[in-house]
Amino acid sequence: MSMYKSVTNRRSFIKKMAMLSAMTAAASMFPGILFASEQEKGIPEGANLDWKKGPCRFCGVGCGILVGTENGKAVAVKGDPNSSVNKGLLCVKGYHQIMCIQSKDRLEYALVKKNGKYVKTPLNEALDIVANKMSETIANHGKDAVAMYTSGQSTIPEGYVASKLMKGAIGTNNLDCNARLCMASAVTGFLTSFGADEPMGCYEDIDHADYFITWGNNMAEMHPVLFSRMLEQKTRRGVKIIDFATRTTRSSTASDRSILFEPQTDLAVANAICYEIIKNKWVNTSFVEKHCSFSKGLTNMGYGLEDNYKFADKPEKIDFEAYKEFLKDYSPEKVSKYSKVSVKDIKYLASLYGDPNKKVVSYWCMGVNQHTRGTWMNNLIYNIHLLTGKISQPGNGPFSLTGQPSACGTAREVGTFTHKLPHGVVMNKKDREMAARIWKVPVEKIPSKPTYHATEMFRAVDRGEIKFIWTQATNPLVSLPKTGRYRPAMEKESCFVVVSDVFPTPTSDVADVILPAAWHIEKSGLYGNSERRTQHWDKMVEAPGEATADAWMFIEVAKRMGYGDLFPYSKENHVEEIYNEYRQFHEGAKHGMAPLEVLKKESGAIWPYVDGKSTQWRFNAKYDPACSNGEAFHFYGKPDGKAIIWQRPFEDAPEKPDQNYPFWLNTGRVIEHWHTGSMTRRIPVLHQAMPNAYVEFHPDDAKTLGVRNGENIKVSSRRGSCILPASINERGLPTKGQVFVPFFDENMLINDVTLDAFCPISKEPDYKKCAVKVEKA
Amino acid sequence: MPIKSYVVHSISGKKEELITALNNLSQCEVVSAKNQDVLALVTDTANEQEEGILIEKIEAINSLKLLSLVSGFNTPQN
Repeated sequence: MSMYKSVTNRRSFIKKMAMLSAMTAAASMFPGILFASEQEKGIPEGANLDWKKGPCRFCGVGCGILVGTENGKAVAVKGDPNSSVNKGLLCVKGYHQIMCIQSKDRLEYALVKKNGKYVKTPLNEALDIVANKMSETIANHGKDAVAMYTSGQSTIPEGYVASKLMKGAIGTNNLDCNARLCMASAVTGFLTSFGADEPMGCYEDIDHADYFITWGNNMAEMHPVLFSRMLEQKTRRGVKIIDFATRTTRSSTASDRSILFEPQTDLAVANAICYEIIKNKWVNTSFVEKHCSFSKGLTNMGYGLEDNYKFADKPEKIDFEAYKEFLKDYSPEKVSKYSKVSVKDIKYLASLYGDPNKKVVSYWCMGVNQHTRGTWMNNLIYNIHLLTGKISQPGNGPFSLTGQPSACGTAREVGTFTHKLPHGVVMNKKDREMAARIWKVPVEKIPSKPTYHATEMFRAVDRGEIKFIWTQATNPLVSLPKTGRYRPAMEKESCFVVVSDVFPTPTSDVADVILPAAWHIEKSGLYGNSERRTQHWDKMVEAPGEATADAWMFIEVAKRMGYGDLFPYSKENHVEEIYNEYRQFHEGAKHGMAPLEVLKKESGAIWPYVDGKSTQWRFNAKYDPACSNGEAFHFYGKPDGKAIIWQRPFEDAPEKPDQNYPFWLNTGRVIEHWHTGSMTRRIPVLHQAMPNAYVEFHPDDAKTLGVRNGENIKVSSRRGSCILPASINERGLPTKGQVFVPFFDENMLINDVTLDAFCPISKEPDYKKCAVKVEKA
Repeated sequence: MPIKSYVVHSISGKKEELITALNNLSQCEVVSAKNQDVLALVTDTANEQEEGILIEKIEAINSLKLLSLVSGFNTPQN
């Protein structure tokens, strides 16, 4: 708590805490509310602060922050007014982020489990143990017996050396990351529709749009700074926000219209919107004829519930007439019956997209992505924008938001997924050849087949196939679905578990070796945010004890395993050296990355960075120098230069409420906490504002069940149970027949209850829908 | 020795007036939001009775729209 050094006594300290509580409460009522003067006020009088720029540590928005340091300590944070992302705004998590690094239980030294107890061990010795164990496992069981599970919070250099170590040096594709749990459907959506990952637009769309339609997305709590920019446009220009969701949230109440749908039926409603667009002749015919083609894929794909589940789609070209025929099953009248969205509301949504004089941006995040048909849902939103030609223009476009600070920069661009390489995929010979050339390894070293995606990786640990796993900056034993299976799996003797992290977590509790990781501002790095913006920061303060950047720990282990030649980086400049090597993968007009000297000077740059300029709108010849077909638009990710409108049907969820388990369970986040809470629960003001999870009821359901606010409720599924206090008419309001539980609380593990079903194409699990029963505990 | 915090909403356009009125009360500490008609307020009083009297004074301020309690602490002086 030395953040506010002017605090000299307990009473002043408590006053400061009280003020922060009030500011937190205000921030959750008014997303993006700015108390900047308070940040200045907390700075010691006469302080000689050195303000250093960087991106925020938390969500995927990528707000620019300025961290004030004095005498080697971080003492204040404020929004970077020069950042075009947040223009000086920060949310409540952003303001208080540096307070967690001073937590008393910070992991400062390596811990090695000996005879069931953790023993403080010099880092060099711990890294010897990790390297020896990894080498020994490969020697005894083969290279596919070792695995690494990284994070969308890993920096770009960290992801890059992880990929190089696993795929280039060791020669296994057993590398996946927690972005599989949040972003994989967005990736497969982009790749199937456009052949190129990541949004075509940027945050500046907010300043141009007339309508924002949010799909299953509570931006007021999850992306508060962007939402406050939208609210500002509402006040300034009268833009409208339409919230389409399964739960009434703070976003719904701040919107102009809230439309609720039955879980899973977003698939049908999206098709009904397309039906209406075609029926009313709102199709932008010349755009569709020039720039789109039509395809269909396999249906009834299953849900990945069984181990070793495999699926490969078989796309087939169709024509517009066939697509129109398919949509006949999705008239608003038919869809209204099972989606519980009125015919009028479906027609209203279609009319917004269909009006050629209105600019529309669609936003979505976990509601669409964490879906057993997540890829399809992404495709369907693109269909709407493609049919109307509302895409790749200022204020017009589909925009998939990310949850982690470098889900895009690291997980998706560097490619810390089993099937990915820094450029392209392991299945593609040319991509393997490029990686082999830049990594200076024989091309045969890089396997051509993907192995385990996240869920299957932990199933393989359970089956005893993976005998060594190393996780970094992630907490899978809180965040995986159906943790009731994977916790005992990780505790098995058959698998050696290495966890590098900043704080102890339920995942580090099962580790054989715990490595102390440096926190964000204790190392240099780069993140990539939701709008393709790459941001660099320099190390601002020293890490405590022997805490070390993950990238450097990977390099040290690689050297110990005999791969030193492939990792010739220096400790002082490894971030710069790695980034410069990595940039080679993306050279050219389609994905060129800004040089480091530019990123050091500016608050980030958007790729493709061409001739000293960021590209804000891809695929639009006016803005994107990679367009080369002589037309206004060029979807160059596809060989024929055309984006694909996909025929994707409605299919049911794998598990629906029934007599024994009569409620839908929806899980998610709250504004105060970031993901599994390992950082934000160590920030006193945030922890105090939201100390524990809860189960939210619709008041009618609570009345029927005789449940009162605060009463302990047992939420059970076929997989496990969790006891939480009831919450009625507080933060959010689920629809009748649904309960909602946030997942940040490691003492109330709702993921023991969730289902590990996933989208067969993206392999991203669905945390939003399973069947539960609720009873008084 | 209660320390309490509140979110205070001002009547539209009267935020500055409300800040001045609250700053005139010695037991109040105010931080104003830059972009909303909202203030964060901390009160520091000797006992609950004094706190009660203070709240009555605050509620009598014309520019006040809504006073909403966030947290309360009871602590010995220093």
